[in-house]
Amino acid sequence: MLGSITVLVICQLAGEAIVRLFGLPLPGPVAGMVILFLGLVIRGRVPKSLDRVTRGILGNLGLLFVPASVGVMVQTDILAAEAVPITVAVLVSTLLTMVVSGLTMQLLDRKARKDQP
Amino acid sequence: MSFDPRAAWEAIAGSPMFGLALTLLVYQGAVWLFERCGRRPAINPVLVTMLVIIAILSLSGIAYQTYFDSAKMVHLLLGPATVALAVPLYRQLPSLIRSWPAVLATAVAGSAVALISVVVSARLLGASSLVQLSLAPKSVTTPIAMGVSERIGGLPSLTAVLVVLTGVAGAIFGSWILTLVRVRSPAARGLAFGISAHAIGTTRAFQEGETQGAYAGLAIGLAGIVTAILTPLLIGWLTQI
Repeated sequence: MLGSITVLVICQLAGEAIVRLFGLPLPGPVAGMVILFLGLVIRGRVPKSLDRVTRGILGNLGLLFVPASVGVMVQTDILAAEAVPITVAVLVSTLLTMVVSGLTMQLLDRKARKDQP
Repeated sequence: MSFDPRAAWEAIAGSPMFGLALTLLVYQGAVWLFERCGRRPAINPVLVTMLVIIAILSLSGIAYQTYFDSAKMVHLLLGPATVALAVPLYRQLPSLIRSWPAVLATAVAGSAVALISVVVSARLLGASSLVQLSLAPKSVTTPIAMGVSERIGGLPSLTAVLVVLTGVAGAIFGSWILTLVRVRSPAARGLAFGISAHAIGTTRAFQEGETQGAYAGLAIGLAGIVTAILTPLLIGWLTQI
């Protein structure tokens, strides 16, 4: 278990370093995700303990957003002053993005499947 | 020996473990409630936890910064959690090899819609330019969104809050709207959750199924990359039209 946690942390650090090294427009953790992905492709399978640790983390992703979300309480001035545009814009944009993404993928993927013999 | 409840409370509230304990306890309670209510999306655990913790902090007069410093351990795990998304992604490798052009095109189209629609609608509704800029990267995961927000002149701390609101909105209404417009493919549903509502949407996607979750996880990274590139390029134009 400790080994798997170490792998995740090291991948993140390597990601941060690579992003800085090449001036990439990405956050370090995303580069770290790419590194781990390539590592898994090379290795050809997911080690059992890494599987268990990632399941544990990804099963509780919501928890990790809590400390930042409580920050609402110090943003009340701006949120209250612009509550209507913020709420409507977030709702409209989120639902529209959902519909466009879902329909695009369904359309393209179905077409791709049909084109294959 | 003495009996001093006030001193005992001060020891709890002043402990560096207080924020951590509060976060873990309230979140587990919220998950329990969510399960008890038949996983109804409206009882989103992140939303419930946020509201309860805000109430507790306000009533006991504890400052947000004090809480955050003590709960920072949880916040810092967002990084390794993002890295961990490589594992479900790897599991979808065979189907990914087949459909990567569609996945990529969807990530670009969805991220562009997310960015353009939020800035334009906020602008039309009279939002200040600071709010427009802070809203721009709202659909991507916190570490990416805060970085983008800072780069384009938004307020990263406000962006962090808007990211959570977006994720909660996606998790609550996502399954409903996707079914309404007849998106049935698990891969398409997963991508939609990940592109529009990042990791909080992904949690909801995993509840729908393993394939949905894996594609949502993949979409977090892709949409994050696309948004990080697209936002600085388009934002000047978007805030002027």
